[in-house]
Amino acid sequence: MLTRREALLGSVLTAAAVATISAMPAVASAKDVAGLPREKVTLVAPPFVHAHDQVAKGGPKVVEFTMTIEEKPIVIDADGTQLNAMTYNGSIPGPLMVVHEGDYIELTLINPDTNTLAHNIDFHAATGALGGGGLTLINPGEQVTLRFKATRPGTFVYHCAPGGAMIPWHVVSGMSGAVMVLPRDGLKDDKGKSIHYDRIYYVGENDFYIPRDEQGKFKKYDSAGDNYDDTVKVMRGLIPTHVVFNGKAGSLTGEHAMKAKVGETILIVHSQANRDTRPHLIGGHGDFVWEQGKFANPPAKDLETWFIRGGSAGAALYTFLQPGVYAYVNHNLIEAVELGATAHFTVDGGTWNDDLMTQVAAPKAIAS
Amino acid sequence: MSFDPVFTFGVIGAAALIGVGIANEVGSPASPLPSPVSAVLQPGAFDHPMPGEFLRDNHPVAAPVTREAIDTPLEIMKYQVSVADYARCVGEGACKPADVRKVGDVPVTGVSHIDADAYAKWLSERTGETWRLPTDLEWAYAAGERFRGDIEGNASDPNNPAQRWLDQYRKETSLGRVPDPEPRAQGAFGINSKGLADIAGNVWEWTSTCYVHTTIASDGTQAADSIENCGVHAVEGFHRTYMSNFIRDGKSGGCAVGTPPDNLGFRLVHERSGMLRSALRELGIS
Repeated sequence: MLTRREALLGSVLTAAAVATISAMPAVASAKDVAGLPREKVTLVAPPFVHAHDQVAKGGPKVVEFTMTIEEKPIVIDADGTQLNAMTYNGSIPGPLMVVHEGDYIELTLINPDTNTLAHNIDFHAATGALGGGGLTLINPGEQVTLRFKATRPGTFVYHCAPGGAMIPWHVVSGMSGAVMVLPRDGLKDDKGKSIHYDRIYYVGENDFYIPRDEQGKFKKYDSAGDNYDDTVKVMRGLIPTHVVFNGKAGSLTGEHAMKAKVGETILIVHSQANRDTRPHLIGGHGDFVWEQGKFANPPAKDLETWFIRGGSAGAALYTFLQPGVYAYVNHNLIEAVELGATAHFTVDGGTWNDDLMTQVAAPKAIAS
Repeated sequence: MSFDPVFTFGVIGAAALIGVGIANEVGSPASPLPSPVSAVLQPGAFDHPMPGEFLRDNHPVAAPVTREAIDTPLEIMKYQVSVADYARCVGEGACKPADVRKVGDVPVTGVSHIDADAYAKWLSERTGETWRLPTDLEWAYAAGERFRGDIEGNASDPNNPAQRWLDQYRKETSLGRVPDPEPRAQGAFGINSKGLADIAGNVWEWTSTCYVHTTIASDGTQAADSIENCGVHAVEGFHRTYMSNFIRDGKSGGCAVGTPPDNLGFRLVHERSGMLRSALRELGIS
């Protein structure tokens, strides 16, 4: 009789064996990139993004990243509801990796022996081998290094895809993130004019499916494997119990609210690895929005709400024109308010622009 | 000490009712209930930030602080109404079941203003006394050193409303209150200087004070005009905020910026003029 853990590992080991066949071609490309300059980047936890050039300096290079997979319980709402999370580098979402078109991403993925499950990574930005998923499946105690060429500029999701029923379960347990491949000469507006951002924030949205007990209370489990059967039942209903930004309701509010100044231009990269969403900046706009996230297409202008397809990442550029507190939400407002998909920006500096908005008469009794 | 007829008769009345309750086998629907454990606060005066929102010269300003007085002794429940207390009202069909977060020796939570009013009406009938929600002023007086009021931003520049929003956001954030939704045993948050338990713990309490927009005259604290909305009432705890009457769970999100109440519950005030009437009735005087 298999234990649950053996059963979980077993199903993914089969997937790994199949994937090994496709491992050969990747080796041949090693020569071509041997002479390229290399850069090692230390990733930072979202909503922040590692330092990077918006316009590439010099030619293509190999950019080295390392991520360690962490399975750990995390609290996902103010009620203390627990998710047996699976994370890239300890955060939900995993960190944003930024390179330029023509660069190579070289990722070392580590699965410490303190974990209980096998994991891998499928990059939507990569070509072949199930996005790299077929070459990266590692058991607890293993590590793997994958290199792929960033051939298409844009924002792209990455996620865990360890085979069969494990795929959606790992994704809704937190295993997704994004890559941003910038054009070598930077971002362009709809007329081809260069545009830049002063700050960048990465918002990853997740749908979680936490099982409830007979009283309707969210259940707690000792380990990820213990929740599998119950969680899949909730997942098959397709109604999430939580829809949150950056792993937790309230992860980007209060002291963690994102910051900007009047006159600053921000780029918000928004990913959702599993389910459609519709970001909206309350009181602001999307000046230039790549809904599909792919920079070879001209950005849409002046959007109120933009659509991020499940399994994709988009980018929105906005210059703040008024100071104040802004909410950035999934504009299915039930998901924003009841399920958790709300973030805040505090925008300082500048003066209030009366021309854009003014309260002509404060609330008072209706004139009779 | 001067003779206070209201106070004196009130005590006699309460004692009489307790006696009746015990004699008639407490618990059966027909028998009156004993009075809840309460504290009697002596009259006094204190400075109090008025509830609601205030405009002066067309701009929002901080709530004016006024000198207020509680003129007669204030009798208020020592503890918040408990799950067991509330269940009795539900059992007798006078209250709707609460959306309690936890059962046991804890305050009832998941109750709206409407639920609290229904409970007060039932308790009054069952004790023969008048029990009602406290006003904002009464609650603040009873809360003593634990009263905080609204968390408000300062408006240093009337031409830039955003400064006030940002200041309020930062003030709330800097208080660093972490959500703490699990109700605790009654008394777990300690006793305040007025002898009341669990003030400003993790259960915010309904009051009978309506939400109001007040326009202040240019000369100072005088209200030039005000519009009340009694579909929304003040709730009090760690801070004072305002909730629609039918809300049972004060959690917020979306555009709502701020500290949501962890839980909504209540405690009641014994209306002493009503007490006098019932005491007189009990004693066969009226």
